[in-house]
Amino acid sequence: MMSDDKLLKNDDRKLYSGREYRGASRIDGPLVYMRNTHPVGYGELVEVRGSDGKIRSGQVLDTSDEAVCVQVFEGTDGLSLPGTSMRFLGEPLTLGVSDKMLGRVMNGLGKSRDGARNPSSSDERDVNGVPINPTAREYPRDFIQTGISVIDGMTTLIQGQKLPIFSGNGMDHNQLAAQIVRQAKVRGGKSEFAIVFAAMGVKYDVAKFFIDSFEQTGVLDNVAMFLSLADDPSIERTITPRTALTLAEHLAFDKGKQVLVIMTDMTNYCESLREISTLRGEIPSRKGYPGYLYSNLAEIYERSGKISGKSGSITQLPILTMPNDDISHPIPDLTGYITEGQIVFDREMHGRGIYPPINCLPSLSRLMKDGIGEGMTRDDHPHLSNQLFASYSHVKDVRNLASVIGEEELTETDHKYLEFGEFFEKKFVAQRYDEDRSIEETLDLGWQALSILPPEELQRLTEDEINAHYKG
Amino acid sequence: MQDKIVGRVKRVNGPVLIAKGITDAKMMELVHVSEMRIVGEIVKLNGDEATVQVYEDATGIAPGDNVYGTGMSLSVELGPGLIGNIYDGIQRPLEELRGLSGDFIARGISTSSVSHEKKWHFHPLKKVGDEVSRGTIIAEVEETDRVMHKIMIAPDFEGTGTISFIAEEGDYTVEDEIARVENSKGLESPVTMIQYWPIRVARPVKERLSLDAPLVTGLRVIDTLFPLAKGGTVAIPGGFGTGKTMTQHSVAQWCDADIIVYIGCGERGNEMTDVLREFPHLVDPRTGQSLMHRTILIANTSNMPVSAREASIYTGITMAEYYRDMGYNVAIMADSTSRWAEALRELSGRMEEMPAEEGFPAYLPTRIAQFYERAGHMLNLSQTEGSVSVIGAVSPPGGDFSEPVTQHTKRFVRCFWGLDRSLASARHYPAISWLDSYSEYIDEVKAWWARESNDQWYSNRQKIMELLQKEVRLNQIVKLVGPDALPDSQNFIIECCSLFKTAFLQQNAFDEIDRYCSVKKQMKMLSIIIHYYEAGQEAISKGVPMVKIKRLSVVQDIARMRFNISNEDADEIDKLSLKLDRAMMQLGSIYDE
Repeated sequence: MMSDDKLLKNDDRKLYSGREYRGASRIDGPLVYMRNTHPVGYGELVEVRGSDGKIRSGQVLDTSDEAVCVQVFEGTDGLSLPGTSMRFLGEPLTLGVSDKMLGRVMNGLGKSRDGARNPSSSDERDVNGVPINPTAREYPRDFIQTGISVIDGMTTLIQGQKLPIFSGNGMDHNQLAAQIVRQAKVRGGKSEFAIVFAAMGVKYDVAKFFIDSFEQTGVLDNVAMFLSLADDPSIERTITPRTALTLAEHLAFDKGKQVLVIMTDMTNYCESLREISTLRGEIPSRKGYPGYLYSNLAEIYERSGKISGKSGSITQLPILTMPNDDISHPIPDLTGYITEGQIVFDREMHGRGIYPPINCLPSLSRLMKDGIGEGMTRDDHPHLSNQLFASYSHVKDVRNLASVIGEEELTETDHKYLEFGEFFEKKFVAQRYDEDRSIEETLDLGWQALSILPPEELQRLTEDEINAHYKG
Repeated sequence: MQDKIVGRVKRVNGPVLIAKGITDAKMMELVHVSEMRIVGEIVKLNGDEATVQVYEDATGIAPGDNVYGTGMSLSVELGPGLIGNIYDGIQRPLEELRGLSGDFIARGISTSSVSHEKKWHFHPLKKVGDEVSRGTIIAEVEETDRVMHKIMIAPDFEGTGTISFIAEEGDYTVEDEIARVENSKGLESPVTMIQYWPIRVARPVKERLSLDAPLVTGLRVIDTLFPLAKGGTVAIPGGFGTGKTMTQHSVAQWCDADIIVYIGCGERGNEMTDVLREFPHLVDPRTGQSLMHRTILIANTSNMPVSAREASIYTGITMAEYYRDMGYNVAIMADSTSRWAEALRELSGRMEEMPAEEGFPAYLPTRIAQFYERAGHMLNLSQTEGSVSVIGAVSPPGGDFSEPVTQHTKRFVRCFWGLDRSLASARHYPAISWLDSYSEYIDEVKAWWARESNDQWYSNRQKIMELLQKEVRLNQIVKLVGPDALPDSQNFIIECCSLFKTAFLQQNAFDEIDRYCSVKKQMKMLSIIIHYYEAGQEAISKGVPMVKIKRLSVVQDIARMRFNISNEDADEIDKLSLKLDRAMMQLGSIYDE
């Protein structure tokens, strides 16, 4: 141990970085404590070797004069106190990035999972990333056509946006994500999407579903997969999205690609954070999640967007399952405060066999307003979607009323609303897994729905628009 | 600024670290940690140990690293050049940082907050021999085409003094000595255009004045129903997606404050970019000049360090107070104070303090109160009057207003614009609920409105609020028994309220005409709706069926007046009113017989 008066310069620390220390003082879950090391930097990468000779990687979570606390990503199974040795590498956890990683399957730390050797790279990046300077950002306004009416029409996805899918257990979020990957295109542009896929704590079947789906559509060569499956150590999940986004940043901002990042399931990520936080004895905030959950999630979600002067972009589609379908649970709640909107699945619509079961009322795309309209989608799009929202929200009121006083008692207009609601859900929202609708088809379908209603109910549309499109 | 080693790092645990061997350090002193020069602040002293909260990512800091003291508190640099700039939470200019470190923010960079090279045209207002004291305005500099920057004697100047030298009119940098002041003891001190002020301390004033004028925002639901006074405080709580940020943007764009300080505290990066790109192109409806010429932006996005997020609120309000001291009306938008409170919670957790409600530290209410109390309408040291109005967004988890931040904020603000999720879902914007919201400034701004509206505002406002309350009860009945069960006179109340909601309360932020509504137009719009209600009730009492009234073409005109009648042509509404009278008369005459 270093004495107080011995002053270390940064260069001196480099000399120490190769040293190996043996003998841990305490092992608790994924955390290993070691005493009597040289002064170790916060966040440094650590190589942990057990008596079996297997090398695991870890990161410094807490460092002081007395002890260092290291979280081991691959788990601590098989480590013993005297048999554990550590090497502190003097640098944070990095990922060697290269566009050759497209088409490969890796684990949460970016190590090869498919047997082949990792693509060599001289470009090592800190996986934690650094914040983009807000003045360097370019405001995203390019429309992505997903071919799914309710998304394109009502919660439009924009290049550089982070738009999570709030789902629940047993709903079709994976199918929807796969469909978006298949169908997503930028209108007028030829640029293809590169896909970075991060799986945290999902089952092997789910990962297999995505691999098969990518394979069938022939995009597999354009996909980099980071899999940290349900049987992998939970702590690995806390680093998986960061590894994936480090590659995404390289592809987008160095190679100029349009990158679509799919992350599933963010709920598992947060669970792992809670696990570590509890082990460290931190003071919990809501539902036992750590107080820094918001900042932590922001570090992930904010790594999306566009940078002015660069052609690439990162669009994030995180998927999270709401525990007990509760949108006010801390995970969806904090996510919604960071992301630019949300796509919300509805259990009742799912039960009625509507795919995708998206309830557009709580769903929202914050970047939509600047990405739609004349020159981008179609001039009538803003008012049309606004009207659809307003009318559909009235449908809900009418249905409530009908359940109290009976359908017969409703006024004629309200009957029209019920009819509109039915058409909207069954024809506009619902579509097949392989149905790819153009934005024009989507908007025309919207008009078809509104044409059920009498024109004087359409207060959000201008007269010219009604004259041009209304088919009543 | 001194720079000496005051201690050494003992333990690092995220953005809070413990230093030992502290020899000479003060509470809240600004420090730099390790050779990377990470900026930090001392938040706790205990024996020879200090707790330091760092404003940048702590990766790589190791036990034994040096802690350098600066001898001063975390302060902001105040001088010409602030307006139009964009800063992070500790007042580092982001444009400059981009030049230094590229598109991503690297650590350990420091640069001055306002340009030290730029020359400003200096115009002295005092001459040699004039007596000055703290706060006295001695000169002015044209900062932008709408902000005349007053050069003041620093507020910590003691006693009175006389000017022994003042520079002639000409171009100077902020570092140049532009005056010297001799105090009563005969000591001379130089004056430059720059001042430093610790962010956690309110700048002194002569006295607090009562509030008397509203902050006109151009948003009808605010100005007419729930006005905010200049120097007042308001909270905007709302779950995500209810339009807090949109409301803040609208107010920042159109309100009649002289200076806007917009604090993006833990906000989305893309949203800040929207503000950055949009504001320079927006034109102030009153002066025809770019809105950026009166705006200071602070962008500490959610992924930037949490300690800087905590500081950003204070950085913002200190700059606001500085402009208030010059005699300006300043409005601060803080979006969102919940993110700031969460930053407090996170840091408190790292310091292993005992938590109170929901993990927030016990001193949360004190901090919230301290912040909002820095607002007010003041008589400044310079004998000018100025105000700081605070508009704080609150993001309650799960949209539940009973959580601690919303509840404590409600104790310290006097105006409340509650956002409603069901309104937002129906795309009724601004989604300010007319049932949850309130304003305690009604009486204070009554006199102002009486002057502007020939005494109509107060009574019309009362009438419409009463109708809205009645409508809630009536709607409950409708839910149970259906609309046909109500008599026309009551159905007409529901009808008028829904017209009021679509024609008046809703406002389209993207419509050229509708996004800003002048006070005159608001007043006329409200009058015609009240008139429609009263004339309609009279006709119904004569036996005219409500359907007939509802189908009058003039009702469609009223419904669309917010889009069709511009602020300049507000008198057109009077013509609509005449048209309404004629139509009602015709209807009445049919049923009279």
